[in-house]
Amino acid sequence: MAKINIGDQSSPFSLKGVDGKVHSLADLSQGKDAFAVVFSCNHCPYVLAWEDRLIGAYNTYASQGFDMVFINANDPVNYPTDDFDHMVSHAQEKGMTFPYLHDETQETATAFGAERTPEVFLFDKEGMLRYHGAPDDNSDETLATKPYFRNAIAAVLKGEAPEPAKTPAAGCTIKWKS
Amino acid sequence: MHIEFHWWEDCPSHEQAYNLLQEALSQTGIQATVERIEVKSHEEAATLRFPGSPTIHINGIDLDPAGAEQNPVGLSCRVYRLPDGRFSPVPALEIITSALQEAQRKEQADNGEN
Repeated sequence: MAKINIGDQSSPFSLKGVDGKVHSLADLSQGKDAFAVVFSCNHCPYVLAWEDRLIGAYNTYASQGFDMVFINANDPVNYPTDDFDHMVSHAQEKGMTFPYLHDETQETATAFGAERTPEVFLFDKEGMLRYHGAPDDNSDETLATKPYFRNAIAAVLKGEAPEPAKTPAAGCTIKWKS
Repeated sequence: MHIEFHWWEDCPSHEQAYNLLQEALSQTGIQATVERIEVKSHEEAATLRFPGSPTIHINGIDLDPAGAEQNPVGLSCRVYRLPDGRFSPVPALEIITSALQEAQRKEQADNGEN
């Protein structure tokens, strides 16, 4: 169950990225007309299927006042392919030019109410949640017809409300520590 | 022919994969018993060498043995590769049908030898 609802402010965070630096909500949102927090990971097939589309959306809109971070909150003990070292190599492999952050305590994922990977939270320049859910309507790119995330970014950058504002996040469950 | 369908509740792809398996059986006309085996714990996953959900064994052999080796053992969603190289949470229908037909050929060959 989401703990940040449409219209709510983002929950603050300060997390270590694969670049070795700490990145905060303020870093992400400052001077931006829209920004997204995407809960992701290294191994989930849904992430792997959707990842290029998420990265593509960033590449399209980064020059228009949009920024994005991926956050991995998965338990690295029971899921070692989701540990920090694998995050570093995965980010390099995908050529990520935005921060990929490690939510080691899982507090950020908990504060957002994130449950799945990938799960998109898109905020406007006031820091209010405007879109929450899936990147589009099908993890199979050949069957996807509704680019929810791309459309939402475009709407928010124009100062408009995305439609739909919320879709069910589809993907692997976040791997919580026991 | 005996098929084991291994699945984990928390991975949402298992229903889609089961439907694909049923479609493949229908298309090939192959008769098989399908046993659904829910994997519920890390311990069970370790015992079964479970490479993620869903996993399909046809007469004891993984649908995609090479792909299974690429996935860590445990309670997670299995990563499949489609014929065009894209990642998918479920195997391609044509992969399932090919594996069923190969298993059938092997059965027939074994029966012929006996």
